[in-house]
Amino acid sequence: MHKKIKTSLFYALVALIVVVSVFPFYYAIITSFRGGTELFSASVLPNSVNIRNYISIFEEQPFGTNILNSILVATTVVTISLALAVTASYALARIHFKGRGLLLMTILSVSMFPQVAILSGMFELIRALGIYNSLPGLIVPNTVLTLPFTVWVLTTFMKELPKELEEAAIVDGASPFVIVRRVFLPLMWPALVTTGLLAFISAWNEFLFALTFTLVNEVRTVPVAIALMSGASKYELPWGNIMAASVVVTVPIVALVLIFQRKIVAGLTAGAVKG
Amino acid sequence: MSTAPNSSPPLTKVKRSNLTASRLRAALLFLAPMLIVLAAVAGWPLIRTIYLAFTDANLTDLSSAQFIGFENFYAVYDGETYGLLVDPEWWNAVWNTVKFSLISVSLETIFGMAVALVLHASFKGRGIVRAAVLIPWGIPTIVSAKMWGWMLHDQLGIINGMLMSVGLIHEPIAWTANPDTAMWSVIMVDVWKTTPFMALLILAGLQMLPSDIYEAAKVDGVHPVKVFFKITLPLIRPALMVAIVFRALDALRIFDLIYVLTSSSTNTMSMSVYARQQLVDFQEVGYGSAAATLLFLIIALFTAVTLTAGKVKLSEEA
Repeated sequence: MHKKIKTSLFYALVALIVVVSVFPFYYAIITSFRGGTELFSASVLPNSVNIRNYISIFEEQPFGTNILNSILVATTVVTISLALAVTASYALARIHFKGRGLLLMTILSVSMFPQVAILSGMFELIRALGIYNSLPGLIVPNTVLTLPFTVWVLTTFMKELPKELEEAAIVDGASPFVIVRRVFLPLMWPALVTTGLLAFISAWNEFLFALTFTLVNEVRTVPVAIALMSGASKYELPWGNIMAASVVVTVPIVALVLIFQRKIVAGLTAGAVKG
Repeated sequence: MSTAPNSSPPLTKVKRSNLTASRLRAALLFLAPMLIVLAAVAGWPLIRTIYLAFTDANLTDLSSAQFIGFENFYAVYDGETYGLLVDPEWWNAVWNTVKFSLISVSLETIFGMAVALVLHASFKGRGIVRAAVLIPWGIPTIVSAKMWGWMLHDQLGIINGMLMSVGLIHEPIAWTANPDTAMWSVIMVDVWKTTPFMALLILAGLQMLPSDIYEAAKVDGVHPVKVFFKITLPLIRPALMVAIVFRALDALRIFDLIYVLTSSSTNTMSMSVYARQQLVDFQEVGYGSAAATLLFLIIALFTAVTLTAGKVKLSEEA
């Protein structure tokens, strides 16, 4: 009997965790299918299937362009970061040199420092380069976010690969570049996918730079477009549209996260936990 | 760092040092592109921001900025004091950020630990629970701010609806606008969104623990609560500390959640929101840069203190 109570308490806790985690997103989905006065119903059950919100975000505003902008910016930033990080992380993980620890700490601190600390310097840089209010003007600051993170995580992964791998290649007289390309790169694919995915998500979600360095809706990324969606009057936010837009951009990300959940957990822990 | 054994014969020694030299050259070559890019997009803007903090720069014309020393931080004119260090709004933002960070990171640690312990137990449907827990983490911050903003809506929000239908409150509460509840709303959304991250990091720590200690404790009949405090907690302390430091650094720079959920309300304004407001909305680049520089210093100081005092090991060499 005692055990039964314990088990049911445990499952009650499990149920609570699941409901709290999932409910807000569930409620956003059912809200997105409510139009007009249906929004006044505070029912937790789906009571209408109205796709007007979904049509209106693409017809009344350039939400399609916003999605495309986000994809372009995030993909470019991730590609640049991975390309620069593969060789750099090899050097940081496999070659002993003076000041390596300090360099790693510096890279880690760049990924942890407040973005607002470079906001005015970045604004000046972007204006000087003539890329204010354009997609390149979002790619440059986003690199600050993804590059140090990518280097750090790939270095952690690279450190874990066995030493023997490389020793055989060194004995055979392979140059470091050949070692990276022939020995490590084939083994690094899973790590590259994981790191790339995490970097993609952080670039996809980036808000401060995208908000500050754009002026018109056509160059905005998804988070900024959603945050700035406004209705007919200042006091009346188009909640149906906002929820529809939220669902559109969140479903792919949540799907990716669920498909790659094991890899993502591995990547997150590689990025932070070094017990 | 690499210690070649001295006993090796001269020929191999020469060969080995040649090899080391060529590997060092490769390291430099491999690191250079990354370091150059990082210096250009992070180092240079940071230096410029710190420089601008000592000028009277204005957003409309950055080039006409004049060097004014510490006046953005502290200045006295006709017996009146000016500057960030005597600006009550800045101190309000500092206090808000500290309060937010302390409470949200503490709650995330406690809840994260609970979720991690649940996920560490073996039960039917664990995979589904783990997937469900990952959802809040996967949702973009802006989207979660909007989702909760809608649920917390004073007129149409479901939270008010639920609380009123069970009789806990009698009239709707403007959660995000009311000074008493605004900060708690922000904290709640942050805890909801970030507990999964904490839970996953703690879970990874739990999974690395040796199982024989637990078997021994079970054989000896030690109470599970005692096992948790005497065995589990001390063993995962290093991993836990790293997770907490990461979260705290992230919380101290919070911007997007607060900006979207409560906009520029002074009830919740964080240091980042304050700095951006000065920079962009008020166009005071010099003053805003000074605030950004102070935030940077605070975070740098916090990092230095925790790394030395807490002896947190972030990498083997640090």
